[in-house]
Amino acid sequence: MIEFEIFGNKDTRSGFGEGLAELGKTHPDVVALCADLTGSLKMDAFKNENPDRFFQVGIAEANMIGLAAGMTIGGKIPFTGTFANFSTGRVYDQIRQSVAYSQKNVKICASHAGLTLGEDGATHQILEDIGMMRMLPNMTVIVPADFNQTKQATIAIADHQGPVYLRFGRPVMPIFVRPDAKFIIGKADVLTEGTDVTIIACGHLVWKSIEALKALTEKGISVELINMHTIKPLDENAILKSVAKTKCVVTAEEHMMNGGLGEAVAQVLARKLPVPQEFVAVNDSFGESGTPMELMTKYGIDTANIIDAVEKVIARKG
Amino acid sequence: MQNEELVRIATQIRRDILRMVSAVNSGHPGGSLGCADFLTFLYFEQMKFDSQQFEMDGKNEDLFFLSNGHISPVWYSVLARSGYFPISELATFRKLSTRLQGHPSTDKKLPGIRMASGSLGQGLSVAIGAGLTKKLNGDNSLVYCLHGDGELQEGQIWEAAMYAAANKVDNVIATIDFNGRQIDGDVDQVLSLGDLKGKWQAFGWEVLEMDGHNFDSIRNIIQKAKTMCGKGKPIIIIMKTEMGQGVDYMMGSHKWHGVAPNPEQLENALNQLTETIGDY
Repeated sequence: MIEFEIFGNKDTRSGFGEGLAELGKTHPDVVALCADLTGSLKMDAFKNENPDRFFQVGIAEANMIGLAAGMTIGGKIPFTGTFANFSTGRVYDQIRQSVAYSQKNVKICASHAGLTLGEDGATHQILEDIGMMRMLPNMTVIVPADFNQTKQATIAIADHQGPVYLRFGRPVMPIFVRPDAKFIIGKADVLTEGTDVTIIACGHLVWKSIEALKALTEKGISVELINMHTIKPLDENAILKSVAKTKCVVTAEEHMMNGGLGEAVAQVLARKLPVPQEFVAVNDSFGESGTPMELMTKYGIDTANIIDAVEKVIARKG
Repeated sequence: MQNEELVRIATQIRRDILRMVSAVNSGHPGGSLGCADFLTFLYFEQMKFDSQQFEMDGKNEDLFFLSNGHISPVWYSVLARSGYFPISELATFRKLSTRLQGHPSTDKKLPGIRMASGSLGQGLSVAIGAGLTKKLNGDNSLVYCLHGDGELQEGQIWEAAMYAAANKVDNVIATIDFNGRQIDGDVDQVLSLGDLKGKWQAFGWEVLEMDGHNFDSIRNIIQKAKTMCGKGKPIIIIMKTEMGQGVDYMMGSHKWHGVAPNPEQLENALNQLTETIGDY
């Protein structure tokens, strides 16, 4: 059993806030726009240190995306900030035409994604956003796993030319990515090497998978755990290399089964290396009010679900 | 530029529009014909730009955004005849692999276009964003944008209107193609805009009005708008136009919004618009 060094507990949105503040110091062309959620997105430091480069747009997300697209003309690198729901579903057409199709260098930064937004309930708990964003040509989709990785990803996307969707969340979770790790877009992190099963997870489900490792190891199951922080472009080589060894896969994500990481992985495997796959994801359902951890349990994206899925998929290998 | 010369150019542009849409039996001639005079004025007399060395960033150039992207034929003709690309390329409009997509796009790298448009209501936000960047860059050139009147039914327009006034975006000159018609009929019948001038004034904009088919009126009002720039308020011009202007059987109706003339109708229309500079 590999012991993970823990670097404290924080929310991923705070990683975004710290990363953005650092960009304020290092990247004079970075500008930030926010739709009345500056505190929730942890954008205050950037705002206070760079008032001339911070744009409060009010509760008008469509306009925010259009402004950001226009601001790229002349060389600015806009980071937009609001909840994931209002960052995607509400403004899908604006992103589609003015950002993705027009190939604009806009970074759409989305907090409070998924069920772990918690008590606000289903109106705010988007579980379809990864699907919408990964369907768009030209779009890069990143779902970092913890505070450190969210900070590192925020900084990395400023130097990537093109539209990016960066998805993070609200709950305080353990930090296991090293503070000095280098974030490489499209390159998966293999956290443990194993031979019986590959677990491919993103976002908060990476920590849930780490939690599952203990029980699985005690059962004598050798797990290869991959943190797939970039959903698009997907690191196909990492998937194929691992699955060639383990011959089965479990995907785990805080997202609808339709359209998410699991579907992206299945598409690769169906074409190149068909093996049994189990999906830990929300099954065609809206969420509801509750604490983040209660919701993860109720909607089947908790540690126990990962353990069950691993045993099931290994049994299917036959 | 002499009005006579502007009329000559606009007449040729109207011929281009009609020939382009007729050749592929699709596209939007009505609004294109209605905005031919305005775009001719902007590109041949008003804006400063370098059509030989197109740069996406457009630093120290005036920028133009077409928010009502369906009137792409008039923009393509004006861009080609301004030197952005060969006029012969107008013959590829809406054909497979063309850079002249049905609605303007950037992915085929047509010089002169900085943003896709077609899905309505997005261009005002884009123009304001470009204006904000010009301010950050200390770039004193201006941003122009054009919108349909029916397009003002889109909610995003009013988000952008509120933003620009509250934030004193005073380097953008927006224009509304106020022809009173949209696909389903008269704007007043489909969804009335009510007191349009009063709405923009209430949103905190400077509102000007001009006759979109009179070059003296266009020149006077654009000059006036320019003198208003930099004074803390965004500027919009309500431009009265006639859909289908220049072709008698297209005027006075919404029917030619998105319908191309057949060969006989084209011949009739071209007989009303004598070739001036030379067809593509």
